[in-house]
Amino acid sequence: MNDLSSWALNTASVRGATYADVRVVHDRSRGLATKNGKIGNASDAQSLGMSVRVLVNGAWGFASSADMGRDAVENTAARAVDIAKASAQVKQSDVKLVPEQAVKADWTTPHKIDPFSTSIEQNLALLEKVDAELRAVKGVTLAETNMNFRREEQWFFSSEGAEIHQTKYTTGAGYVAYAFAGNEIQKRSYPNSFGGQWQNKGYELIDELKLVENARRIGEEAVALHSADQCPAGVFDIILESSQLGLQIHESVGHPIELDRVLGMEANFAGTSFLTLEKLRTLKYGSELVNVVADARQEHGPGLGTFAFDDEGVPAQCTPIITNGLFTGYLSSRETASVVGLQRSGGTLRAEGWNRLPMIRMTNISILPGQKPLTLEQLISSTDHAILFQTNRSWSIDDKRYNFQFGTEIGWEIKNGKRARMLKNPSYSGFTTGFWNSMDAICSRDEWTLWGTPNCGKGQPQQVMGTGHGASPARFRKVKVGSAYS
Amino acid sequence: MLTRDQAAEIFARIRKHATADEVECLFYGGNSALTRFANNTIHQNMAEENYGVSVRTSFDGRTARAATNRFDDDSLRDVVKASEDLARVQESDADLLPLASAEIASSRGRDARASKQPDLPSRHFEQTAKLTPAERADAVGQIVRIAQRHKLTAAGIFASSESVEGIFNSRGLSQWHTQTLAEISITMLAPDSSGWQKANSPDIAALNAVSLAQVAAAKAAKSAAPREVPAGKYTVVLEPAAVLDTVGFGFYDFGGLAILDQRSFLSNRIGKQLFGENINIWDDVAHSQQSGAPFDGEGVPRQKLKLVENGVVKRLVYARGTASKMNNSEYAGKVGPIEATGHGFPIPNEMGEAPMNIVFEPPAEPKTIEQMIASTERGILVTRLWYIREVDPYEKILTGMTRDGTFLIENGKVVCGLRNFRFNQSLIEMLSNVEQMSTPVRTSGEESFDMVVPAMKVRDFNFTEVTKF
Repeated sequence: MNDLSSWALNTASVRGATYADVRVVHDRSRGLATKNGKIGNASDAQSLGMSVRVLVNGAWGFASSADMGRDAVENTAARAVDIAKASAQVKQSDVKLVPEQAVKADWTTPHKIDPFSTSIEQNLALLEKVDAELRAVKGVTLAETNMNFRREEQWFFSSEGAEIHQTKYTTGAGYVAYAFAGNEIQKRSYPNSFGGQWQNKGYELIDELKLVENARRIGEEAVALHSADQCPAGVFDIILESSQLGLQIHESVGHPIELDRVLGMEANFAGTSFLTLEKLRTLKYGSELVNVVADARQEHGPGLGTFAFDDEGVPAQCTPIITNGLFTGYLSSRETASVVGLQRSGGTLRAEGWNRLPMIRMTNISILPGQKPLTLEQLISSTDHAILFQTNRSWSIDDKRYNFQFGTEIGWEIKNGKRARMLKNPSYSGFTTGFWNSMDAICSRDEWTLWGTPNCGKGQPQQVMGTGHGASPARFRKVKVGSAYS
Repeated sequence: MLTRDQAAEIFARIRKHATADEVECLFYGGNSALTRFANNTIHQNMAEENYGVSVRTSFDGRTARAATNRFDDDSLRDVVKASEDLARVQESDADLLPLASAEIASSRGRDARASKQPDLPSRHFEQTAKLTPAERADAVGQIVRIAQRHKLTAAGIFASSESVEGIFNSRGLSQWHTQTLAEISITMLAPDSSGWQKANSPDIAALNAVSLAQVAAAKAAKSAAPREVPAGKYTVVLEPAAVLDTVGFGFYDFGGLAILDQRSFLSNRIGKQLFGENINIWDDVAHSQQSGAPFDGEGVPRQKLKLVENGVVKRLVYARGTASKMNNSEYAGKVGPIEATGHGFPIPNEMGEAPMNIVFEPPAEPKTIEQMIASTERGILVTRLWYIREVDPYEKILTGMTRDGTFLIENGKVVCGLRNFRFNQSLIEMLSNVEQMSTPVRTSGEESFDMVVPAMKVRDFNFTEVTKF
C-alpha cells in the first residue's frame, strides 16, 4: 500500500496539488434473509479500489479506480488534478483546511467473533427458527428475517504524512411480521425497523438480541393491531421508547447540526438547516434535561458511528451538541471548521466506499441518559395520561429540519400510570425546538440503547451511511398526535 | 468501457471455476462523473470507473449470489466459491425455476408482438460519454452567472455517465445494454425563498442548463417573502416532478409477488375502479423518453404493458418465478393476465419485480400548466415535494413536504409564494381527483425513479401543517 500511495501522492504533487489524500478500501458484505420459510436473500459482495482527493488552485478534485496497478493509480491521481483545475474555474474563494497532526495508526473494531467466520448453516438456522415462530401465530401473513455482516478495511495516506489503517466490522439482524386483513396491513418489527439492530460489533451481537425469544410476541402484536383502536387525534403527552427517540435525534438534531448543510453545501438535495451560525451557544434547543453529544470514540459504545479516525485522518472525538438544553456544537470537517473559525475539525468526514467523496456524516449522535434512576415502567407509572410510541413506521421532516412527522408501528394509551389499551396507526408531529423543549423526563442508563441507523442517505451521488444514536425512553408534554390520518 | 466480448470471456472463465448445476453472471458498471456546486462555487467534483460481476450459482433448488469488482482468476475463483458456499447449505426450494433459456431472451412477449413494439432506440450518445470536467465547469459557470445576475445563490449538480448492464447464463442466454446519461439539477436560493429545476437524458444535447437555471431563478424570485396560509384541502397544480415523486410510491405494489405476499395496496382491488377514469398508465421500456435496459434481472425481455386502463388496474408485472407461483395460487383468474413480463429483479430477492419504465398515457385534452393555473379560482402550485414516506400501506397515505417553489393561485393567477406545507394524502384519492393533466414528459425527481408523467391539477389535496419557511 505504501507504494500505491507514493505513486498517487507524488503524481498529485508534481501536477500541482497543494494537498492530497489517498484511500484504499476493501469492502466485504454478506446478506441473508428469509421470507415465509424460504430464502429471501443469500448474497456476498466484495469491492476493492482506491481514490485520490486533491486540492489544486484552491479547489477540490476527486477520482477513483478499481485498477490499482501503477499506471492506473498515477492516471487516477492525474485525473483528480485535472478535475480540481476545472473546479477552480468556478469558485468564490480558496478552500482552506484547519491544521491536523498527521499520525500513523492501526485500529480494528473491538469484536469477539468475526461474523464471516460463522457458519452460514448456523446463520440460516437461526433465521428459519425465528421465521417459524412468527408464522406460528395465526393471522401473520408475511414473515421476513434478515442478518447482515460487513467488514470495511481502509488504508488512508495523506500528503501531510498520515498513514492510518482501520478495519471496521458491522453486524445487524432483525425481523418483521405482517398481518393483512380487511383493509389494513399492520406490521411489527424487532428489535427495530430498518432491518433490526445494527452495531459495530462481531457476531456476538446476534446472541445479545434474543431474536427467537421475542418472535412470538411480535407476531401476536402484528395481528392484535387489527383489533386495536385507532390512535386518537389531538394534543397529548407522549412517551417515545428508545429506538423511536433515536430516530427523532437523527432527524431533528443529527442532520441540522451538519455544518455542510448549515453552510449551504447540500442545498440542492438534502437541504439546509435552521441552525444558522448565530444560534451557536444562544439557541435554547431543548429543556435542561436535554444533553446530546456527537461521540465517535470507542468508549461511547459500538455504534455505527464509532471509529478511531475519520476519512481525512482526524481522530474520533466527543463534541457536546446540546448541553443542558443549550445548542453548543456542530458536526465539522477540516474545510468547514476553517469556514466558521473553529480551530480543529470535529472529525466527522466519512465516505460510503472507495469510490465516493468523504463528507460530513453523523457519528454517534446520542442523548445522554437521565442522572436519576428511572426505568420505563417507573416513567409510565408517573404519567397520568399519555401515548407511548414504539418502533418507527414512517418518518419525514422538512429540508431545514423544523417540521417533522413520525408514525410508529404500535402505540399504547397510558392512563393513571398503566398501559390501558393498544393503539394502531399512531403518529405525532411538531417543530424541532418546541418539541425538545417539551421534554420533561428521560430514563436512566439501564434503559439506554445505542441504536444503529444503517440507511442514512446524503450527498450527490447519494451515499448511504450507518449512524449511531444512543437513547433511553423520554416523555414530552403537549405534542400534536394523529394528524397523519386526519 | 467493458465490452460484451470482454464480459463473455470473463463469463467463460467463471464457468470453469464453477461446480454448480447452473451459473448466471450479471455485469454492471461504467464511467461516471459528477460536478457539484453550492454557494456559486464548485465544491465537489468527482469521477469514477468501476465494473463488477455478480455470480449466481444454483444446485437443485438452491441458489445464491456473490459479487466482485476484480476479474483476475483468483478473484473469480473466490467469488464462485462464495456463491456456491451460500447456495449449497440451503434447503431445496421446489419453486425455484431453472435459469432463463436463450430462447426466452430472443422472444418479444405476447403483448409486445401484439403492439408491434419498436426496437429500443439507441441510448448511447458519444457527446454525453465524452463530456469533460472543463465542459461541465463551463456549464456550471453559466448557471452561476445567471444566479449572480438575479442576486441569488446557486447549488446543484451536472453529472454524466456511460454504463453497461449485461447478463450471461449457462443455458446460453446473453443480453447486453450500454447507455449514457446526463443530468442537471439546480436550486436557486434567495434569502427567504428558493426555486428548483432538474432534467436528465441519455443525450446531453437534450438538456439546456441555461433554461433550467432561468426557470429556477424565476421561481426563487417569485416566491420571495412567502405568505402563510392555513393548512387544509386545496386544489393543487402539481408540476411533473411533484407527480413523479408521489406516484412512484405506488408502482412497487404492481408486482405479482407483492400480491402473493399480501403487502400490496392492490390486494383485492385489481379489476375494480380504483382511480379516476382519466388515468391510463403503461410500462414501456422502448418509449422514446424512457431509459434503461430492455431486459430484466434474469435476462427476460421487458414487455410493453398497459397496467391501468381508465382508472382500473388491469394487470401486474411478473418475474418468471412469480408468474409460475401466481398461476398455481388462489389469485389465478382474479389478477388479469399472468405471464413472465420481464420485470424481475436479480434472483434471489425479496421484492420479486416492479415496473420501472412508467409512461402515463397522454390525456384526451392536455392542458399546459399555465392553463391549469388559469382555470383555478383558488389553489396552490407545487414545484417539488420532499421527504415523502408511506404512512399507511393499504390506503397508500403518503406524507411529505412541499419545497423550492410553492405558490398561491387566486383567480387564475399566481399571486405570491407560500410557506411550505406538510401533506398527508392518499395516493388512491389523489389519482381519483385529477381534473386536468398536461402532456406527459420525461421527469426526474429525488424520491422515485425517472418516469414519463404529466403535470396534474388535483382537487382536495390534503395539507395538514405549515412549516416556518
